[in-house]
Amino acid sequence: MRIKHITEISKALILARWKQTLVAAVGITFSVGLFITLLGFMEGLNQLLDGLVLNRTPHIRLYNDISPSAIQPIDMAPEFNKTYNFVNSVKPANARKEIYNAEAIIKKLNSDQRVLGVAPKVTAQVFYNLGNIELNGVINGVDVTQEAKLFSFRDYIVGGNYFDLKNTSNSIILGKGAAEKMLAKKGDIIKITTATGEQFSLKVVGFFQSGIAEIDKVQSYASITTTQKLMGKSSSYISDIQIKLNDMSQAPVIAREYEQLFNLDAEDIQTANAQFETGSSVRSIISYAVGITLLIVSGFGIYNILNMMIYEKMDTIAILKAAGFAGSDVKKIFITISLSIGILGALAGAILGFALSSLIDAIPFNTASLPTIKTYPIDYGLQYYSIAVLFAVATTYFAGWLPARKASKIDPVIIIRGK
Amino acid sequence: MDNNIVLETQSISKYFYDPVKTEVLKDITFTISRGEFVSITGKSGCGKSTLLYVLSTMDTDYTGKLIIDNESMEHKSEKELAYIRNEKIGFVFQFHYLLNEFSVLKNVMLPGFKSNKLSEEELNQNALNLLKSLGIEKLAHKMAYQLSGGEKQRVAIARSMINDPLIIMCDEPTGNLDSKNTELVFEIFKELTETFNKTLLVVTHDLYFADRTQRIIKMDDGKIIV
Repeated sequence: MRIKHITEISKALILARWKQTLVAAVGITFSVGLFITLLGFMEGLNQLLDGLVLNRTPHIRLYNDISPSAIQPIDMAPEFNKTYNFVNSVKPANARKEIYNAEAIIKKLNSDQRVLGVAPKVTAQVFYNLGNIELNGVINGVDVTQEAKLFSFRDYIVGGNYFDLKNTSNSIILGKGAAEKMLAKKGDIIKITTATGEQFSLKVVGFFQSGIAEIDKVQSYASITTTQKLMGKSSSYISDIQIKLNDMSQAPVIAREYEQLFNLDAEDIQTANAQFETGSSVRSIISYAVGITLLIVSGFGIYNILNMMIYEKMDTIAILKAAGFAGSDVKKIFITISLSIGILGALAGAILGFALSSLIDAIPFNTASLPTIKTYPIDYGLQYYSIAVLFAVATTYFAGWLPARKASKIDPVIIIRGK
Repeated sequence: MDNNIVLETQSISKYFYDPVKTEVLKDITFTISRGEFVSITGKSGCGKSTLLYVLSTMDTDYTGKLIIDNESMEHKSEKELAYIRNEKIGFVFQFHYLLNEFSVLKNVMLPGFKSNKLSEEELNQNALNLLKSLGIEKLAHKMAYQLSGGEKQRVAIARSMINDPLIIMCDEPTGNLDSKNTELVFEIFKELTETFNKTLLVVTHDLYFADRTQRIIKMDDGKIIV
């Protein structure tokens, strides 16, 4: 039996009942379309929300943590190494926050194949002076070029050019929240007091808006040199080294390796932001569950319609069998019907999904906390389209399989005799 | 000559179990040779249709032996039986049983699709020739449901012949037709046996029809009486 003839018979049966089959196909179209839209939208939001934090977070951060030493002198004494030693009220030693020999470490990191880029950072605690009120603040001294390249620094600057930070000496990009409190405009000179009590004047060249209000009230950015000057440190003073990797999932392993290698503390992004990962994956799971439920429900639609078709076409099946068509041929015919409904419905659904996604993508979405976002976020990932289409075709195959098996088992004698 | 025997039964019996166990076919033994025009007659309920379904290989729930073209039908799978039906048996039913979704031509070609021995063009040509010899070639491109009863039955006969079967089995082929069309169908059958040397087995309760066939198998209460 040629495939051509199977499809020809299937086509005739579909056309004889084209309204029902259309309804079934539309069911698939809707579920595939909504599956794609739902997941694209959900993933777009996920990426947006994760991006809020993850874009600005290094994959690995190298620093000197202030923590009590894990090994106390008594543990090193040979006469006590077979005993349990209890030391109370352990305090951290006066370790410096500076990373020793930072330049050499950065050079070494830059030569590592797994590393995408390295950005040094200096953090300074300051007070913003507003008349006689002092506001808490943190100034991040950053390498502007690297920061823009690795951490989308530019996306978070509202008003002003990030590059001025490098070109203008003693300049600052103020956090949006802090700037509002200070009524600071671009070009204004603001006064700050450092932790050591010294006063400095800095020129405002732009504003920074991260989307997280608490951060924007406190954090500001300056160039590394300016920050080193504020702190009264030499130009080799670096407190953090931020590393972006080519493959983020490797961060925990590489962090442990660097910890050993450079004798520093290393924090990987997975540990620092575990809650974001969890949130995203739970949201993804929920949307997949909803989407797949939609597809399964439309599968039941196909099952119903094929079942009905088989009852209506008993005579046809009986005559095909009398004419020498085997049960397996009949089965192939009905599975072909089911699959053609599935494939056509799924392809139309992919188009519908794209259309709905584009529609959502065009809806304005303005929020103060997300300066770069103008419309609702959509992820146009090809994987949603392929998962939806594959799953729809698989569902229709199984939905068609049961009725097709039933049709193949029909006893022609009963039908013919029953007339 | 042994080779001339197209169909042979050896003490075929069959029971119905619902509502009570009844023997509908009792020890049926006969042979049909090539070129014979045989009719099976009997009162309604005597088991003649049941016998035909057993002979057609569609009903496999019987005891005894069925031999078609020197090949026993015992222990054959559903697929093999379907193959034999397709190759060696043609069917004509009382209610014509054309597929309404297809044109007349496609209906005739259908068993040929399954056997897949000829190309589509050859099959098309054969179907047209058959329709021509039955005088209905102008109906070829009509849909099956647009035909009258007599026309449908002639299309069904054409379909039964498309794979050039050994034997054509008919279940009350004229039961649903007026006397004019009955006459027409009988003439076609007669021509098939006389001119084309086909073997025909016709179940009918039309005695006038049966009387004019070459051989009558008369059944009563599940047994062959003549």
